[in-house]
Amino acid sequence: MADEGVDVSAVGVPTRNGFKNGYNSYKNGQTNQEAKHQNGCSKNGKNGLPPKIHPKPFEMFEQTPLLIAVLTYLGYGILILFGHLHDLMCQLGMTKPPVATETVKEVNLLAENSTASIWPHTIIWDLPKMKAHVLKQAKLTTKQYGCGVCSSRHELGNLAIHKELEDLLAEFVGTEAAITFGMGFATNSLNMPTLVGKGCLILSDELNHASLVLGSRLSGASIRVFKHNSMKDLEDKLRNAVIFGQPRTHRPWKKILIVVEGIFSMEGSIVNLPDIIALKKKYRAYLYLDEAHSIGALGPDGRGVVNYYNCDPSDVDVMMGTFTKSFGGAGGYIAGSKKLINYLRASSHSCCYASSLPGPVVAQILTSMKIIMGKDGTDDGMKRICQLAWNTRYFRRRLHEMGFIVYGSSDSPVIPVLIYCPGKIASFSRFCYERGLAVVVVGFPATPIIESRSRLCLSAAHTKEMLDEALDIIQEIGSKLTMKYSRAPVPSFSEMDPEFRVRYKMLPDTANGKD
Amino acid sequence: MAGVSADPVDASVTSREAAWDLYEMIQACLQAPSYHLLFEAVLIVWIIQLLFVKSYKAKATLTEKEKEELIEDWRPEPLVPEVDPEHPVLQDMENRLIDGKIGRHVNINGKTYLNVASMNFLGMSGRVDIEASISTEYSQAEVAIDTVKKYGVGSCGPRGFYGTVDVHLELEDKLAEFMGVEEVIMYSYGLATISSAIPAYSKRGDIIFCDEGVNFSIQKGLVASRSKIYFFKHNDLEDLEGLLKAQEREDKQNPKKAKVTRRFLVVEGLYMKYGDFCPLPKLVELKWKYKVRIFLDETLSFGTLGATGRGITEHYGISIDNIDLMAASLEHAFGSYGGFCCGRSYVVDHQRLSGLGYCFSASTPPMLTTAAIKALSILQENPELLTKLHDNIRYIYEKLSKINGLRVMGETVSPMLFLQLAGPSDNRELDKAILRKIVQKAEEQGVVLILAAYLEEEEHTLPPPSIRISVSAELTHNDIDRVVSVIDDCYQNTVS
Repeated sequence: MADEGVDVSAVGVPTRNGFKNGYNSYKNGQTNQEAKHQNGCSKNGKNGLPPKIHPKPFEMFEQTPLLIAVLTYLGYGILILFGHLHDLMCQLGMTKPPVATETVKEVNLLAENSTASIWPHTIIWDLPKMKAHVLKQAKLTTKQYGCGVCSSRHELGNLAIHKELEDLLAEFVGTEAAITFGMGFATNSLNMPTLVGKGCLILSDELNHASLVLGSRLSGASIRVFKHNSMKDLEDKLRNAVIFGQPRTHRPWKKILIVVEGIFSMEGSIVNLPDIIALKKKYRAYLYLDEAHSIGALGPDGRGVVNYYNCDPSDVDVMMGTFTKSFGGAGGYIAGSKKLINYLRASSHSCCYASSLPGPVVAQILTSMKIIMGKDGTDDGMKRICQLAWNTRYFRRRLHEMGFIVYGSSDSPVIPVLIYCPGKIASFSRFCYERGLAVVVVGFPATPIIESRSRLCLSAAHTKEMLDEALDIIQEIGSKLTMKYSRAPVPSFSEMDPEFRVRYKMLPDTANGKD
Repeated sequence: MAGVSADPVDASVTSREAAWDLYEMIQACLQAPSYHLLFEAVLIVWIIQLLFVKSYKAKATLTEKEKEELIEDWRPEPLVPEVDPEHPVLQDMENRLIDGKIGRHVNINGKTYLNVASMNFLGMSGRVDIEASISTEYSQAEVAIDTVKKYGVGSCGPRGFYGTVDVHLELEDKLAEFMGVEEVIMYSYGLATISSAIPAYSKRGDIIFCDEGVNFSIQKGLVASRSKIYFFKHNDLEDLEGLLKAQEREDKQNPKKAKVTRRFLVVEGLYMKYGDFCPLPKLVELKWKYKVRIFLDETLSFGTLGATGRGITEHYGISIDNIDLMAASLEHAFGSYGGFCCGRSYVVDHQRLSGLGYCFSASTPPMLTTAAIKALSILQENPELLTKLHDNIRYIYEKLSKINGLRVMGETVSPMLFLQLAGPSDNRELDKAILRKIVQKAEEQGVVLILAAYLEEEEHTLPPPSIRISVSAELTHNDIDRVVSVIDDCYQNTVS
C-alpha cells in the first residue's frame, strides 16, 4: 500500500523544496549560488553590520510530501491501535510485555569487526590504529592515577593532568581559560543555572538538546524559543525583549542569553554563527554555544564551528562542548574568558559536588587533542579532519543523488536521512543490520511525528570503500522500502568544489580519479 | 394559486407603509423647532467623532526612534560577577594539584600526605588489581580481557544509541544480583543519578516529602520535577507525620485530585551533609501507613554500611523490597565513576526512556565499568574490608570525640565524620577561617584534611562549617592516632 502511495505522491505534490514545515527560510540551491557568486559573504550589510567572510554551507530541509505525511499519520494510527490491542492481550495474560534490553544486547557484535558501520557519533578515531598511542597513554595514566578521584574539584579532586587538560583545551578552542566536568549532559544542565537566573531571559533554538532545555528550566530564567536557525525570528524576539523588558513589570531584563548548538544533533544543520554573533553584538546579548557535536569535527583545524566560520572565539561568551564524541573520552567542558571560568570554578554545581574527571579519561582526551592539534609531531590529526570533511561531502552528495531526503548542511557529519513511515523505521534499521551496517533510527517523540529519520554519523575512520559499501546497502534497502522521496533537484555541492579543496589541504587521494 | 398571487400585494402594502413612515418623519423634522434640530446635529457629530477618534492605545505604541533609543540604552548586567583571584578554591585549583594515586597516602605538589579527605572508603581507587583488570595482565577469564585494548576509553554514544557495551550489562546484572533487586540502571555521572531519577517519576502536580538536609543532587532533582515539595525538619519524624496527615486530610476533601496525585518520600541513607542515618524502619512504617513511595539515596552508604556493604537497608535489616527506588554512586566506595538506580523492573525500566541523564548522555567509559565490576567482586570476596572499615570508624570516632573544643558529627559507623567547633561563633566566615587554618597547619604536618565544600547561596539548608573526615579501610590504627594527634595539635595551636 505504502509503495504505491509514494509514487503517486511524487507526481501529485508540487516540488516546494528548500523550506521545511514551519522552520526554515533557506531556499534550495539559492544559498549554494550565493556562496559561489558572493564569495561567501554574509549579506547583513544592510543592518549596518560589517559583512564577514565565511563559508555559507549548502543547507536544505525538503518539505514532507503531502501523501507521505498522510500515510505516516495513518501508520501511527494503526500502530496505536495495535498497541492497545497488545496491552489488552497483556492484561488478559495472552502475551508478555516486551523487554527493552533485548535489542540492546545485539549491539555488541559491532564493536570492531563489522566492515562498514556508521558510528552513532562523530568519532574521529578508529580504535585499531589508535590503540598503540592513545590507549597506551590511558593505560599508563591508569597506573599512575588509578581510576576514580573520589572527591570533587572544590575538595581534593584536582589532579595535575586536569590543569594540563584545561590549559591545552583553552589553547585548542582559542579562549583564555577552560574548565572540565565529568559529564557532558551535566555540563549544560548544571552550569546554565549558575550563569542566568530569575529576571534573565534565555533565547533558545527550538531544536536544542535536552540537556540545554533542562539547564534552562533549572535556571529559573524566562525562556523564549525561536525558530530553528531563523535569524529573523531571533532578531524579532531579541528586539522585543530589549524594548519591552520583562512581562507585566516591564523592567529591563538583567541579561539575555542566546543558546544554540554548533551542529544540531537531529537536524544535521550548522548554526548560522556569524549572523548570530552580529545580532548578539547589536543587542548586547550573551551567546552560549554548545559544540557537543561540532568540536573536533568541524572546521579546517577541527576546532569546531567557530573555526569553520572563521569567527573570533572571544565573540562567543560561553563555549561548551563534550569529550565523548571527537575525543573518544567522557565528560564536557566550558571555555571562555578568564573571568567566566574563575566564576564557574568558584560556583559551578558540578565543580563543588561532583567527583572530578577520572585520570585515565583525562589522559585519553589530552592525547587525542594533541593529535588533532598536531602536537604529537605528525600530521595524523590533520589527515583525519580532512578525511572526515571529505567523507561528509562525498556521503551527502551520494545520498542526494540516490534521491533520499537528507536534512542539514553539506558539511555536517551528522546526516539525517528521512524515513517518515513508522513501519519503515524498524525495517530500515533491521535490514541494514542484517547486512552489517549499524544505523541509528529515531522517531517520535525525539523528532516531530511525521519526520522520523535515521541519523547517520560519519567518522574519519571510514574509508571510501567502507562508505561505498554502506551506500550500496542504503541504496538497496532504500529502494526496497521506497524511501527515496526527494523530488528536489540534486544539489550541486560536491567534494570536488574548489573552495572546499582550498580550505581542507590534506584531502584524501581517493577523491582523484577513482570517483 | 391564490396564495402566490397574494404575496406581491402584501409586499406593495408594506412598502407603501414604509414610505408613509418616512414621509411622516420628514414632515416632523420640518415642523420641529430649529434649536432641536441643531441639538440633534451636534449629538450626531459627537457620536461620529467618538467612533472615529484615534484610541488612546494607539498613542502608547513606541515609535521606531523610541525603540532604537531603548535598545541603545539597555545595558545588561555582566554575564558573571568578578571573582576574587585569591579565592581559596581558585588557588587550590591552580596550586594544590594531586600527582599520583589516591589512596591511604596522596601526593600533592610532590609531597606525600596521609589522606583522610578523599571519599575512597574502601580504598578501591588505586588498587593494583583494579588497574590490572582495566589495563594489562588480568586476562585469565575471557570476560575481563584488557578493557582498554578491547573497547578504548570512551563509549561515544548514549546507551540507546550504540553506547551499550557488554560490560555495562554485566555490571547491571551483577549489581542487581548483589543488591537483591530485579533491575539496575547505570548512569554515567554520580551527581546526575538521583537528579535524573526523581523527575522521571514525579511530575507537575505530584507531591514530594523531603528531608530538608538532603544533598545538592536531590535538590536539583526536586526543582527539575516541578512537583509540590514539602520539606520536613532533618530526621524529624513528627514533623513528617504532621505533613503526611495534613496531606491525608486534603486528599479526603478532594478525592478526585488525590487519585491522580503521586506521593513520594525522598531521603538519604547516610546524609552527606551531616553524616547521620535516616530512621529507615520508621520511615518504612510511615510509607505503608500513608501510601507514599520511598526514594532512597545511598550515595555514601552503598558499599560502606551493613555486613556486606549493601547499604542502609542491610544496616537496619530491612528488606530492600520496601524501598521503591534506590540510587547510589560508584564514585565513592567503589572508586570508579558514575552511579546507578535499582529497584523492581517495572519501576526502574521507566527510566530507560524517561531518565534524562540516561537517555541523552554518553554511557560510562567501559574501562571504568570494568573497574566497578572488579570493585564489586573484591568487596564480595573480601568481607574483611568492611569489618576493617567499621573498626576504623569506631576507633577514630572515639579518638576524635576526646579532642577538646571540637565536636564530632556523625554516627559511630558512618564513614564520613564532621568536625565542628564546639563553641561556634555567630560569624560563619570566622569559623571557617579557624577551620581552614587547622587544615593548613595539618597539611604542614603531613596530613591532608578538607573543609566540606558547599555552594552557600544555593543550598536549601546549610550545615555549620566543618572539617570532613573520610575514613578509609586502608588506614591503620597508627595512621588514625597520627591524624587525631595532628588535628588536636593544630586546633590548640590555632585557638591559642
